[in-house]
Amino acid sequence: MSARTMFDKVWDQHVVEDLGDGVQLLHVDRHLLHELSGQRGQLDLKKRGLKMRNPELAIGSMDHVISTAPGARGGNFPWADRMIESYRAEGKAAGLKIYDIGEDGQGIVHVVGPELGFTLPGATLLCGDSHTCTHGALGALAWGIGTSELTHVLATQTIVQQKPKTMRARFDGRPARGVTAKDLILALIGKIGTAGGMGYAVEYAGKAIRGLDMEGRMTVCNLSIELGAKIGMIAPDEKTYAFLKGRRHAPAGALWEQALAHWKTLPSDADAVFDKEHAIDCSVLAPQITWGTSPEDVIGVDGRIPDRKPDALAYMGLAAGAPIAGTRVDRVFIGSCTNSRLPDLRAAAALAKGRKVAKHVEAWVVPGSWRVKQDAEAEGLHDIFLAAGFQWREAGCSMCLGVNGDLVAPRARCVSTSNRNFVGRQGPQARTHLASPAMAAAAAIAGEIVDVRGF
Amino acid sequence: MEKFKTLVAVAAPFPQKNVDTDLIIRIERCTGTPKEELGKYAFEMVRYLPDGTDNPAFVLNQPRYRGAQILVCGEFFGTGSSREVAVWALASMGIRCVIAPSFGQIFFSNCFQNGLLPIVLGTSEVDGLMREAEKGGEFEIDLQEQLINKAIRFDVAPRHRTMLLEGLDEIGLTLALEPKIAAFQAADRARRPWIYQK
Repeated sequence: MSARTMFDKVWDQHVVEDLGDGVQLLHVDRHLLHELSGQRGQLDLKKRGLKMRNPELAIGSMDHVISTAPGARGGNFPWADRMIESYRAEGKAAGLKIYDIGEDGQGIVHVVGPELGFTLPGATLLCGDSHTCTHGALGALAWGIGTSELTHVLATQTIVQQKPKTMRARFDGRPARGVTAKDLILALIGKIGTAGGMGYAVEYAGKAIRGLDMEGRMTVCNLSIELGAKIGMIAPDEKTYAFLKGRRHAPAGALWEQALAHWKTLPSDADAVFDKEHAIDCSVLAPQITWGTSPEDVIGVDGRIPDRKPDALAYMGLAAGAPIAGTRVDRVFIGSCTNSRLPDLRAAAALAKGRKVAKHVEAWVVPGSWRVKQDAEAEGLHDIFLAAGFQWREAGCSMCLGVNGDLVAPRARCVSTSNRNFVGRQGPQARTHLASPAMAAAAAIAGEIVDVRGF
Repeated sequence: MEKFKTLVAVAAPFPQKNVDTDLIIRIERCTGTPKEELGKYAFEMVRYLPDGTDNPAFVLNQPRYRGAQILVCGEFFGTGSSREVAVWALASMGIRCVIAPSFGQIFFSNCFQNGLLPIVLGTSEVDGLMREAEKGGEFEIDLQEQLINKAIRFDVAPRHRTMLLEGLDEIGLTLALEPKIAAFQAADRARRPWIYQK
C-alpha cells in the first residue's frame, strides 16, 4: 500500500458506509458534551422521540455558562441555572456521566478530555464546540460540530462528513526564550491567514512541535480553527503515551498494550504526500500579540502596528505605525481552552512571583479544570497570583466568550490568553489582544503590553 | 425542513471579509432564545445604534434591502464558532441563500441542516454579483439547474443538493443505516476493544 498520512489512516478506520461523492458516514468513538450546546442537542433528541445511542462512549462536563466566581456552584443567571438543571436531568435519564461542578473531572471540555484520558490517539472525537480540534494534540481525529450534527451523533454515534484535504505545517528551528506554543501557532495564522487552512486537516510536525509538552501541543491544535481548519493533529509519541498512562478513562493492563501497539502504527508514513505544505522557522520568532479583530492580525511584540484594516484599528483604538509595546491595558485574562493548563499557569506565575498587578488593571486567572486548580494550589501557584493581586477563580470558559457574564467593559482593553479577538467577543466593544500566558502576566504587571523577553 | 427549489428574492451586498459567527449572533442569544425570535438579534452589534434604533448605515436596514433573502458576501463568511444559532438567526430573518468566495467550515455544514443554501463562487463572479446586488433588484437561484440568474453555474455536493431539494433530514437518513452501524461496532470491538471500555 502506498504511503499514507496519519489523517488518512485514522479516517479510513472509521468509515461505516461510503455515501458517494466523497462523503462518508464515520463512527464517532468519543463524544464530549457541555451544558450549552449539549443541552440544546439533548432537547432536540427528546423532541424527535429518540434516545442517546451510546452514552457509554460519551462524557459531559460543565464549562460554558457556569459562574467562575470564587466558590460559585452554579450559574450567574436564572437561565443558566435552568440550563444546568435540564442538562443534568437529561444526562441522568440517558445514562450519561457528567462531571459536575465541584467534582474532579469538571472543567473546560478541551482540558478535561485529555486530562481524563477520554481523548485517545486514533480515536474520532466530536463536541459541539469549534475548539474540539484541540484533541488532535494526542493524535485523535477531532472537530467541532453544530447542534444538528450533535443531535445526529447522540442518535446514531456517527457523523456524515466530506473528507478534507491534508496539509502539513512544519515548525523547525529552536524558539527563543519567551516564545511559546501560542506564539508558534499565532505566527502560522499570521503567515497564511484565518482562511489558510480552510478545507484541510492539518498535521503539525517538525522539531519544535516534538519539543513541546502535551499541553503546548494542545495549544497549537486548539488554534487550528483560527486557521480555518476544523481539524489539527500531532502524531502520538512517547510523550503522548506517558501523558495518557494511568488516566481515568485510558485503557489499562492488557488493553493498554494492545492500544499502544495500534497507536504506534498511526503516525504518517515517512514518504506520505500532503496536499499542501507550510513551514515556520521558529528561531526568528518574537513573542506574538494580536493588534486587530481577527487572529491573523498578529505581529511580534517588538513590532509596529500595521497600516491596514482601518476599521479594525478604529475598533481597537490603535494608531498605525505606533509600537504595540507600551499600549496601556485595563484587563488581563489568563484562561480558556487555549491556555489554562498547569504549565500555562506555571509560566504566568513565574512572571508574577514577587510582583504586583498594575493598579489600573483587573487581572484574572481562571484554571481550565477542577483538577488543574487543585494541582496549581498544591504547588502554591494561587498564593503567588493572589499576592500579586490577580483574582483566582473557579474552572470554566469564563471571559473567553463571556456567555456566563464574565465580560470586558466597552472600549476596555484586555490582553487575553484565549483564541478569538473578534469584534464584541469578550463583550460589546471590548478590545482583545491575544497572547501567551507569560505575555499576559507581564502585561498585567506592567499595566501595558510589554515584551516578556526583557521583563 | 422547508424544501429549496427556486428562490427569487432581493439580494443584499455584504462585502465585509471574515464575518464571524460572533458578529452574526451574540453568544448570549444562544442561551434559549426560541429559533423563530432569533432574527431580530442577527448582526445586532452593527444593525442597531446604541439607543436601540436601526442603524441606517447597515445594509439590511436600507429600504431596498429590507426583506432580502439572499446575501452576497465577502470571503470566509461564518468563520469562528460552531454555534448553529448563527444559521438559525439568518434563517429567522428570512435569509435562504448566502453567496461568498469561501465559508467557515462548520457554518457551511450547519447551513444545509437548516434549509439554507451556501454557494461558493470564484472571487470575480462574487464581485460581479456584488455589483448587481448594489444596484438593487432580485436574483433567481435555481438549485435544480444549479444556476444563478440563468447564467452563473454553481457547484453543490450532490448529497447537499438532494437534502435541500427534498427537505430531507440527515438523522432520518442515517437511522435507516442502523444495521451497518451495529455491524461496524461489532467488528470494531474486536479490532479496538479499548475504545469500548473507557
